[in-house]
Amino acid sequence: MFDTSAFAPALPEIALATSVLALMMVGVFSDPKKALGRVSFLAVLVLVGTAALVVITGTDYRVGFGGLFIVDSFAVYMKILVLIAALCGLVMSDGYIRREGMARFEYPILLCFATLGMLMMISANDLMSLYIGLELQSLSLYVVAAFQRDQLRSTEAGLKYFVLGALSSGLLLYGCSLIYGFAGTTNFVALAHEMATMESAPTGLIVGLVFLSAGLAFKISAVPFHMWTPDVYEGSPTSVTAFFAVAPKIAAMSLILRVMLGPFGDLIAEWQQIIWFISVASMILGAFAAIAQTNIKRLMAYSSIGHVGYALMGLAAGTEDGAGSVMLYLAIYLVMNIGTFAVILSMKIKDRMVENISDLAGLSKTRPGMALALMLFMFSMAGIPPLAGFFGKFFVFSAAIDAGLIYLAIIGAVTSVVSAFYYLRIIKVMYFDEADETLDAMEGKAMKGILLVSSLAILVFILLPQTLAGYAATAAASLFAG
Amino acid sequence: MAFAGFMFYIFAAICVACGVMVVTSRNAVHSVLFLILAFFNAAGLFVLIGAEFLAMILVVVYVGAVAVLFLFVVMMLNVNFTELRRGAKNYVYVGATLGGILFLELAIVATSWTLGPQMSAITLGPVVGAVSNTRSIGQVIYTDYVYLFQGASLILLVAMVGAIVLTLRQRAGVKKQVIADQVSRSSKDELIIVKVDSGSGI
Repeated sequence: MFDTSAFAPALPEIALATSVLALMMVGVFSDPKKALGRVSFLAVLVLVGTAALVVITGTDYRVGFGGLFIVDSFAVYMKILVLIAALCGLVMSDGYIRREGMARFEYPILLCFATLGMLMMISANDLMSLYIGLELQSLSLYVVAAFQRDQLRSTEAGLKYFVLGALSSGLLLYGCSLIYGFAGTTNFVALAHEMATMESAPTGLIVGLVFLSAGLAFKISAVPFHMWTPDVYEGSPTSVTAFFAVAPKIAAMSLILRVMLGPFGDLIAEWQQIIWFISVASMILGAFAAIAQTNIKRLMAYSSIGHVGYALMGLAAGTEDGAGSVMLYLAIYLVMNIGTFAVILSMKIKDRMVENISDLAGLSKTRPGMALALMLFMFSMAGIPPLAGFFGKFFVFSAAIDAGLIYLAIIGAVTSVVSAFYYLRIIKVMYFDEADETLDAMEGKAMKGILLVSSLAILVFILLPQTLAGYAATAAASLFAG
Repeated sequence: MAFAGFMFYIFAAICVACGVMVVTSRNAVHSVLFLILAFFNAAGLFVLIGAEFLAMILVVVYVGAVAVLFLFVVMMLNVNFTELRRGAKNYVYVGATLGGILFLELAIVATSWTLGPQMSAITLGPVVGAVSNTRSIGQVIYTDYVYLFQGASLILLVAMVGAIVLTLRQRAGVKKQVIADQVSRSSKDELIIVKVDSGSGI
């Protein structure tokens, strides 16, 4: 009488949603002093459990809720990345939010809601479920950006993010409505069928696609929709910035991959030039605008804009190799950023958080371990072999060249040399400048663990590039199967 | 049919008149009340075209929530509306030009637009069988679209949690009413009966 096959594909999401609701009750009914610790601990367990469920339920192609929800190996790969990012983000922020007077139990709960929204985005198989997931994610993130509500910077960041995010949602919805109007369906499979059978795409549909990609480009902060990024990254509490820089980017990137290659795969001639342009613009802006930055959070914002440009290069190729290279790039990006933010979150002098690049001066003598790890991440982000970042760039460049996008690859190589300047500058400040004040030692076993694991991952990637690339390739193949 | 036509003109006329009154009335509270009346008449128009669910939602959401919210804002925040309206006459020509262009466009659309031959069948019978449109929305929203429905409810929950997180402040030293304490008090704990001899005082 009750058919569970419609719900079964969404088992991890349903489990996460119900557990978060239970966590809220735990938080409300706990002693206010213990609530945060208890809820954070349980939230970590919940995220680990969700990741386990995602793995256990497998990578078979399944569609649930009458075509609104999809699971395939692409979704599983991306969900695991997002869950790792969310987990690290949550663990890393624990010390920070206690120090900065944001110790309220809603913080882990909102992060879990945002993660749920990301999982829903990744599994979206319909324009409507895409929007619902996106809004759930964004709304939770607007709130955590303003979480330090007594600080003007934080509330300003939250408000800015909210207003611009609402604008981009408007663009996205307008695009969706045009696509629905001209194609007659919102389902991705039906849309793909529609695109394959129509002889030429109507102009309204193309306009809709442009609006849709503008909305999505906003979410991944690609140029020319990047204006919010530096301000929001700088203003938000650092633990929130660490979360922003990774998990939502991966989720939005997987949306853009699925939308462009799935339903609109046959319109590649129409969208390839859009993606080409935003990829080039992001790489150039990311490389040049970061040079003048003195605040490390702003620098990371521009660096992430640049990285989005490189990742989009793989999408612009529009091939299976291209999609696989984007996914590999995102995995490496995840590790590099988590490691870097573990260092940034530990930057404090006499228990006061600092975020200027000059505060890192002389770090090699005072905190050699931290300096060594940060040097590894910076070299990796700049794309110096034999570190993981080099392979990420190598695979997207070769995918672009195979697809005949020679100019794109050349621009990518040039901007990556330019961006090496500011990554190397951080290393120079750490190793060759004299320290004024000593940074405090890193606190917490979890933080040290994350730093150690991520630096090791960057180092040993060269030994097994084919393993992870193989996973990414299988996952990418599932995008093209439908 | 004649009755429906008659009602249409009544609703439409009141609706337009209310719209004019919203803009022109001097008292802001009157403006909001006219707005509410306009919403009611628009709901009447929806009922006439057989969209009773939309009519209901319009009354519940716009009259019940939004208009009351407006009323609160108007009455609680002391905004000087006459001050705001000063100088509005300067914009009359611009406004009239824009309105004229819009009207012209509407007229062009209305005169040149023709429905496709297969459209009449679709527009006349959106409801299959004898199912009312409230019921037919209910039938899909909890079945085919339950995923979106639950997702939307989570979004609203996050909005609520967010509003509380960002605005609720617990102040120290606030005396709160504890009903249980009040109810459980008895006269034995609070009253002392003292026998006082007459003339001696306490």
